[in-house]
Amino acid sequence: MSAALVPLAFLMGLATYPWRAVPLLVPGMHRLPPRVQLYLRLVGPAVLGALAAVDTMVVLDAARHPSFHVGWEWLAVGLCIAIVAIRKNLFVGLIVAAAGIAILRGLGLAPLP
Amino acid sequence: MPLAASRRRLALDALGIAVSAGGFGFVYGLAARAAGFSPLEAGAMSLLVFAGASQFAAVGYVLGGFSWLGVVLLTAFLNARHFLYGAALAPYLADERRPMRAAMAHVLTDEAFALSIAHFRRIGRADVPGYWLGAIGSTFIPWNLATLLGVTLGGVIPDPTRFGLDVIFPAAMGGLAVGLIVGRRELAAALASAVIGVSVSLAWDPAAGIVAGGLIGPLVGMAVPRAAGERDAETMIAFDPARTGFMGPGDPRPGNEVTPDGERPGAERRPEEGLP
Repeated sequence: MSAALVPLAFLMGLATYPWRAVPLLVPGMHRLPPRVQLYLRLVGPAVLGALAAVDTMVVLDAARHPSFHVGWEWLAVGLCIAIVAIRKNLFVGLIVAAAGIAILRGLGLAPLP
Repeated sequence: MPLAASRRRLALDALGIAVSAGGFGFVYGLAARAAGFSPLEAGAMSLLVFAGASQFAAVGYVLGGFSWLGVVLLTAFLNARHFLYGAALAPYLADERRPMRAAMAHVLTDEAFALSIAHFRRIGRADVPGYWLGAIGSTFIPWNLATLLGVTLGGVIPDPTRFGLDVIFPAAMGGLAVGLIVGRRELAAALASAVIGVSVSLAWDPAAGIVAGGLIGPLVGMAVPRAAGERDAETMIAFDPARTGFMGPGDPRPGNEVTPDGERPGAERRPEEGLP
């Protein structure tokens, strides 16, 4: 079994860990000015919103060129968000979103992006 | 919200995230197998990097013949957003021992952040067991097990995207974002970051789009005035009692007594209550 890429995995881990650890380990991060704290508070919905939108609306081709995607996935993600907002239940929202897309693909209505 | 109630909600949300992590870990295992990764190599990526987007990208980079230096630099760029997560969680975890925080950092993913920040805000303080449940139970274990399943069994299982697994991640991120929106500032930050993220992604690269949205979106939110009656968000995570009056865990002042299940009877209800 090949292990040639294990050192690459280790280096990728080294490139990732400081981003996660430094703000948790540097002293004084809990005594930031209120404006900075407000900024950090807004980071959560901002990053999650960007992740959801980009993952739904942008697709990459084989050469990693991005393009705008319009499809049933928008409806599925929107449905999940609506269920979470109304029913407060993420699990049900995810099941409904995945099942909806699976059914549409089974009917040939929602081709893979 | 009482600790026990918040943990129950965390566990339910974590179940949904575990489905997402398992599905995506499996798809990652399939992609890695298709790119020629061995189970050991794919497993090492999931164990040591533990960052889905950059792992998927790495499969493409390796297939595309990128140099290792290029792969590592792109990985660092793609995962830069984790700095924001750590900074947002730092106020809550400031009293934890340094080795504990160092260990927590390794499993700080999009999902772990979303689950833990919502849980911490519901109870108004940190909860280490809750963090581990959100980070390891919902993501680390499913992701790593599913990676191994995908890379070893992938040849005999039909394309999982047919079953809609590709929409689980964006749906989970969108749903978790809703749980963090407690006022018009959060809403503005989320919407602005979505628009910025998509725009920059189309003009440059999705990794850049996510980072740009995460950096600029909060600035847009800060520019939005609070609605009448909306609490000052700054006070919600300010942990310096001398300056803000916020009573963190262990503060002996009246009104901060903690019941066995973690509830502060005198604590003011927070806007997050009632949200996932």
